[in-house]
Amino acid sequence: MSTEKRTINFTLNGREVAAEVRPQWNMVEMLQNVFGLTGARESCGQGLCGCCTVLIDGKATTGCLQLAALVDGKDVQTIESLEVDGELSPEQQAFIETGGFQCGYCTPGMILMTKKLLDENPEPTDDDVRHYLSGNLCRCAAYPEIIDAVKRAGELRKAS
Amino acid sequence: MAMQTTIIGQSVPRLESKDKVTGRAEYIHTMQLPGMLHAKVFRSDVPHGRIKSIDTADAAAVPGVFGVYTGEDIKTVIPEPYYGPAFHDQPILALDKVRHVGEPVAVVLAEDPHVAEEATQLIYAEFEELPAVYDEIEALDSEAIVHDELKPAGTFPDLKHLAGRRDTNIALDYHLRRGDTDAAFAEAAHVFEHTFRTQQTMHTPLEPMVTLAEQREGRLILHSSSQSPSFVRIEISRLLGWPENKVRVRVPFLGGGFGAKVYIKTEALAAAMTLLSNRPVKYAQTMEEQFYTITKHPCTFRIKSGVSEDGAILARECEVWWNGGAYADIGPRVTQKSGFTAAGPYDIENVTIDSYALYTNRPPAGALRGFGIPQLVWAYEGHTDLIAKELGLDPLVFRRQNILKNGRPQAVGTELVDTEIDGVLEELGRRMNWSTPLDKGEGTVRRGRGIGVGFKASISPTTSVAIVNVNADGSVVVHCSTTDMGQGSDTVMAQIAAEVLDVPIETVIVVHPDTDVTPYDMSTLGSRSTYHMGHAVRLAATEARDKLAAMADELGLPDGHNVPVKELFIRKFGMQAGNVVGSGDYKPPYAPTDHDTGQSPNATPYWMIGATGVEVSVDTETGHVTIDRMVNVADLGTALNPEIVATQLSGAAVMQLGFTMTEDMVYDAGQVTNANLADYKIPGFFDIPFDMENAVVEAEQKSGPFGAKGVGESGTFGVSPAIASAVDDAVGVRITDMPLTPEKVFRALRDAAGNPLEEA
Repeated sequence: MSTEKRTINFTLNGREVAAEVRPQWNMVEMLQNVFGLTGARESCGQGLCGCCTVLIDGKATTGCLQLAALVDGKDVQTIESLEVDGELSPEQQAFIETGGFQCGYCTPGMILMTKKLLDENPEPTDDDVRHYLSGNLCRCAAYPEIIDAVKRAGELRKAS
Repeated sequence: MAMQTTIIGQSVPRLESKDKVTGRAEYIHTMQLPGMLHAKVFRSDVPHGRIKSIDTADAAAVPGVFGVYTGEDIKTVIPEPYYGPAFHDQPILALDKVRHVGEPVAVVLAEDPHVAEEATQLIYAEFEELPAVYDEIEALDSEAIVHDELKPAGTFPDLKHLAGRRDTNIALDYHLRRGDTDAAFAEAAHVFEHTFRTQQTMHTPLEPMVTLAEQREGRLILHSSSQSPSFVRIEISRLLGWPENKVRVRVPFLGGGFGAKVYIKTEALAAAMTLLSNRPVKYAQTMEEQFYTITKHPCTFRIKSGVSEDGAILARECEVWWNGGAYADIGPRVTQKSGFTAAGPYDIENVTIDSYALYTNRPPAGALRGFGIPQLVWAYEGHTDLIAKELGLDPLVFRRQNILKNGRPQAVGTELVDTEIDGVLEELGRRMNWSTPLDKGEGTVRRGRGIGVGFKASISPTTSVAIVNVNADGSVVVHCSTTDMGQGSDTVMAQIAAEVLDVPIETVIVVHPDTDVTPYDMSTLGSRSTYHMGHAVRLAATEARDKLAAMADELGLPDGHNVPVKELFIRKFGMQAGNVVGSGDYKPPYAPTDHDTGQSPNATPYWMIGATGVEVSVDTETGHVTIDRMVNVADLGTALNPEIVATQLSGAAVMQLGFTMTEDMVYDAGQVTNANLADYKIPGFFDIPFDMENAVVEAEQKSGPFGAKGVGESGTFGVSPAIASAVDDAVGVRITDMPLTPEKVFRALRDAAGNPLEEA
């Protein structure tokens, strides 16, 4: 197995960055190993739970299945980008208001998907939410509160 | 420092909310240390066998591999490497024998986890296969003996009598005898007998189990995803022969626990690896590996009841066999501590219970959200409904006629106090509009409804200790070893401290478990923390408050003074300096159960009650069951944080919904074939009932902190039997073995129609 690193350049949360990555690293490993970002986490390792969600060129991607080397030249956004100057995003605020999490492990993925959904559909129905977030799992089963959070985030975004 | 508002009973948002929504909350699975090695495990591919050889040469030769280790290497740092909370039966790495597929046999350490993973595939082990047993009933008299001799740990006095027993797979037998069942059965107008089964499932916490071990200053530091930091410290100290203070266990947040992370799981292997390599070692499991590490007991339960002409349950006989897998873990305690409630929350004069923990060649089983109770409720509530159906009685009326009430002894001999079982049933009936008939539908989709109620004793006796430190500026630090795995314990402990000290909750922080600075706690399990640790924090805060009062007194201040705490410290120490430290410990009164009769006048400090009602639609052409409505009602004493309580109920109920409908570890010759979230289906957004209510009855646990008792598991109790009863109500077939897959329901429908489907 090659342990030789190669250098890639990409945009991470709005900043131009360079990273030395091993060919077998996935996005979660790169974010943790190189940048110390722990909001995207590995869980199922099969792209089924959404705990590792990151946005690549605006597209929600399961970071555990995405080879890091392939984001060369792309735009990557993680949960860490949502809080700006100490201000939580409307999605983050809504999850707190509605209690949309328990253990918090799946929460970054849920919040990134909420942001994506509301970008595309500012007034989703319960069913829209279920469909859009169906690739994200929450073993604590905070699902009813997460649906509330998405709708609350829509309201907060409209108000801001 | 008087304040108007009280913080108890307020839905305070979780203290760590901001860290959780920004991705900053700390979990060990994402932790790294400089110089850290990753441990990857080579596992057994046979269910039962003697180890003939393990060839690690090719693995060790892989570039980037630091070292490869087997059980024999472990012995050089831990001569007796067997661990476990109930029995010292589990080797850190297999020695002599393997007892289940997936048992750890060898470990590769490397800086790159991919290198370590690849190298494990170059390890070759030869096993002499032995006969294996997978079923809990077959294990009773199988030629396959999983352990030659029982090795109880000595931690629990009621397991000591098992030491030295040989050539049996029965790890523990518990017996309860009350009244005269034989005579009562002879008298009864009706006798009913049924057998129910549950399947093996897994907790699947989304943060897989993990320990990162390192050594500093001759001590061992374990950063671990543990629900039991105090136990881990004690057990690792015992394995090493070290004093407790040479081992430090630190636990930040857990990405879910549900019982998977209780007692000791990944810690012993990580500890051994750091000692062997002299490097920090991270043993982070994958989702798949979790299925080989700990599971929920499959269970077979034969239940028999004698009922009088007017519907009174006169006698009940229960035989329960728990499939504990290859290592005991906490299974023997499940067998006993939950076993004594097997006859259900009913007032029955004559009861016998025989509950058996069995070793088999499956991955180990332990505690999973309910500690065996959901398996028991599945059977006794299914049995209750089958009796009601046979006798033409309304299921709710029949239950309420026989329900246990305060002041009456439960089968174990302990009287019920502050336990509103009937109140829970009444509230459930009201919310379900039970007295109004349900529209049963027509054509191919039929509707039905069902209810189930269960109860649980708190695992007893257990101890919690807390420290409350008031700083010189009046801010407060709570030290306790309760692990916050999403249940909101940090928030509730802060509420209790704030209430006692009469300070705003914003001025209170809770230190996460770190055995260097947080005192002993038995474990975060069994819905015990609010009650036990809640009391300890209350007592510690009370002591701190009393010391502050004494300080004011010493300074010559009158009672009822309004000098701020900060000013007290300045007056006493001449500057912002000093601390006031209070401590508290709590262990409830308890009387052990009698070995022969299983009776105890005080087996538990409180009882937890959970009931669920559902309305379902059954598609008779596919067997598919849809949960249209779910109502969960509980008695948890006083809710200290009502919103967190409601989410505990709904989260527990949805988890149990998964165990009821889809989750099932499937085996082929001892090998789990679906150890991943693609093939093992946990509930997602589409699986939750569209209409779900969670309610608590007004109640007070007078012995509890501010009237509270536990709630983390109560939502699981009634779910499974309620759904099976609703299916029966809808289409007239009764499923007695979980889960209720569409195939199983469809087969039952075809069987009932006299047109059975061929086996696939």
